[in-house]
Amino acid sequence: MPLTSFSRRKFLKGTAAFAGATSLPTFATADAHAPLTVGFIYVGPKDDFGYNQAHAEGAAAVKAMEGVIVVEEENVAETTDVQNSMESMINFDGAKLLFPTSFGYFNPHVLETAPKHPDVRFQHAAGLWTDGMPTNVGSYFGYIGMGQYLNGIAAGHATTTKKIGFVAAKPIPQVLLNINSFLLGARQVDPEITCQVIFTGEWSLAVKEAEATNALADAGCDVITCHVDGPKVVMETAAGRDCFVCGYHADQSPLAPEKYLTGAEWNWAGVYTGMVQTVLDGGTIDNFVRGGLADGFIKMSPLGPAVSDASRAQFEAVKAQIMAGGFAAIKGPLNDNAGNPLLTADKALVETDIALESMDYLVEGVIGSTS
Amino acid sequence: MESDLGLWVIPLAILGGAIRVSTPFLFVSLGEVLTERSGRINLGLEGTLVFGAMSGYAAAYLTGSPWLGVLAAAAGGAFFGLIHGLICSLPRVNDIAVGIAMMILGMGLAFYFGKPFVQPVAPDLPSIDFGWWSDVPQVRAALRVNVLFIIGAGLAFAMWWMFRATRVGLVIRVVGDSTDAARAMGLRPALIRTLSTTVGGAFAGVGGAYLSLFYPGSWNEGISSGQGLMAVALVIFARWNPIACFGAALLFGGAGALGPTLQSVGISEGYYLFFAAPYVLTLGVLIATSSPSRAMAGAPGELSITK
Repeated sequence: MPLTSFSRRKFLKGTAAFAGATSLPTFATADAHAPLTVGFIYVGPKDDFGYNQAHAEGAAAVKAMEGVIVVEEENVAETTDVQNSMESMINFDGAKLLFPTSFGYFNPHVLETAPKHPDVRFQHAAGLWTDGMPTNVGSYFGYIGMGQYLNGIAAGHATTTKKIGFVAAKPIPQVLLNINSFLLGARQVDPEITCQVIFTGEWSLAVKEAEATNALADAGCDVITCHVDGPKVVMETAAGRDCFVCGYHADQSPLAPEKYLTGAEWNWAGVYTGMVQTVLDGGTIDNFVRGGLADGFIKMSPLGPAVSDASRAQFEAVKAQIMAGGFAAIKGPLNDNAGNPLLTADKALVETDIALESMDYLVEGVIGSTS
Repeated sequence: MESDLGLWVIPLAILGGAIRVSTPFLFVSLGEVLTERSGRINLGLEGTLVFGAMSGYAAAYLTGSPWLGVLAAAAGGAFFGLIHGLICSLPRVNDIAVGIAMMILGMGLAFYFGKPFVQPVAPDLPSIDFGWWSDVPQVRAALRVNVLFIIGAGLAFAMWWMFRATRVGLVIRVVGDSTDAARAMGLRPALIRTLSTTVGGAFAGVGGAYLSLFYPGSWNEGISSGQGLMAVALVIFARWNPIACFGAALLFGGAGALGPTLQSVGISEGYYLFFAAPYVLTLGVLIATSSPSRAMAGAPGELSITK
């Protein structure tokens, strides 16, 4: 909410602009025993039962480490606000490692700020670092589409109407990959299943998410999942309409214990403590880091009470294949939902394929449009 | 059961959306009508709405009773209204500036006190099933009407009657139309305006409780997405008439349901445009009802925007 985004950091930055501009000698000189300050920036509240909470849980694990100070700021918009937040974490808190965790922070905000601070490491979630970008920037993410594929298998067994639903925020590649994976997972159970998608246009709009969930239920969908920042509203509304739900970002089973099938969750604690340890040890984090189920970047919620034995067996079998590596959810022959061919029968995009990160289509069987 | 209704889903969803989404608009706009009819503008109702959502959710969670939550939200809203009313009673204080300050204060306090209540699940308000006669699940879902909606509709008609036919209504209207006339009658304008703002704040608080306790039915910092501000604009749209507020709230609720519903029946191109439907509608109605020859009909004379 832009009106409330005035914060202590901005106040300090504003009032101390002169002091900063005259560039006093740095008092935080490099000292082997000085604690490392790590900054985390979230786009929404850090207890949203979703994306931001998942990152904040990772930050909490970092906080427990020896020799580390964690500074956090929540509700930072994907605008120049985030540049101000990063600058003030660097200039006033002495942060040497930053985790700006929202997709829209990357380009241009992280890419513009990084060259000004070559001694600071910027670790951005969900961005796509490529050669030529500043070398003190790194991007990391997890193959959570695989989690949505497993969600889809549980959904495919649970649906009786052969229609499943997806409440999506914005048509960016990661969201589209999740939608497509959810449907293709369900089609492993029954190739007749279709997936209705509704875009809300924003990462967090409680009333619109509830309306979208109701519209999906009205359209006959009986299993619903989502990709919005805080899935709480979707989970509660869907369960209230007697639909099954699959979680996303974090474990939402307490919100709908009877209706919760499973969920695709982030597992940032291990990833973040590993990265911070690398910096503490004087090492360098790779500029491009990705990981999936097998690497502990993501995990699945425990299967709920409504999951049948057949569903459980297929779920565990596919999960084992994914853990073994080289699994492809997106494989030919495949058409998009307008009937245009995407992949021929001999082509497959395995989970690590970089082409998946520029996905701009919905596959056959998904009802919806990206624009 | 099989329930493919085809395009019939659209009017049904608009009806359902109107009933589900309109209640916060209705309560905030009724509160604002009361305040503005007494001659003041309270722009802070967005903050009051958010604070009401938080305090209602917190009280419902702590006591286990959603109705105590509604009561707490009303009390919190009344408190914010009272502060606005008292500050604006001081000489040469601008009510619009105070309102903006109260809006930010209300949201800030709600976020601060609301942190521990984002995670817990509070009990929901009950709803009445008016769709019992139908065995189509969509109809049943659309006609699941919350008690607060019915109370709000009743309140709109009661307020209309109050302004038209009762002494209290007349007193508020006189104060709102002319401070001098009110003084000449021996009324105390500042007191009456403060009371009106307080009660108006309580209404807005109840609107917030509906958001957090029924639909969408949970507390988080993004719960309102501007309903409180839109409801203030809605009062002008409704020409300070409580019954018109009821209609306008239904219209906004229904128009808001259009975007998701059209996507669900496969009309998915250009959904950003459908999401803008309520605002386009507002612009259209305001232009259609505007007049070059007369001032806004129904506007109280003492309002700082019309003076």
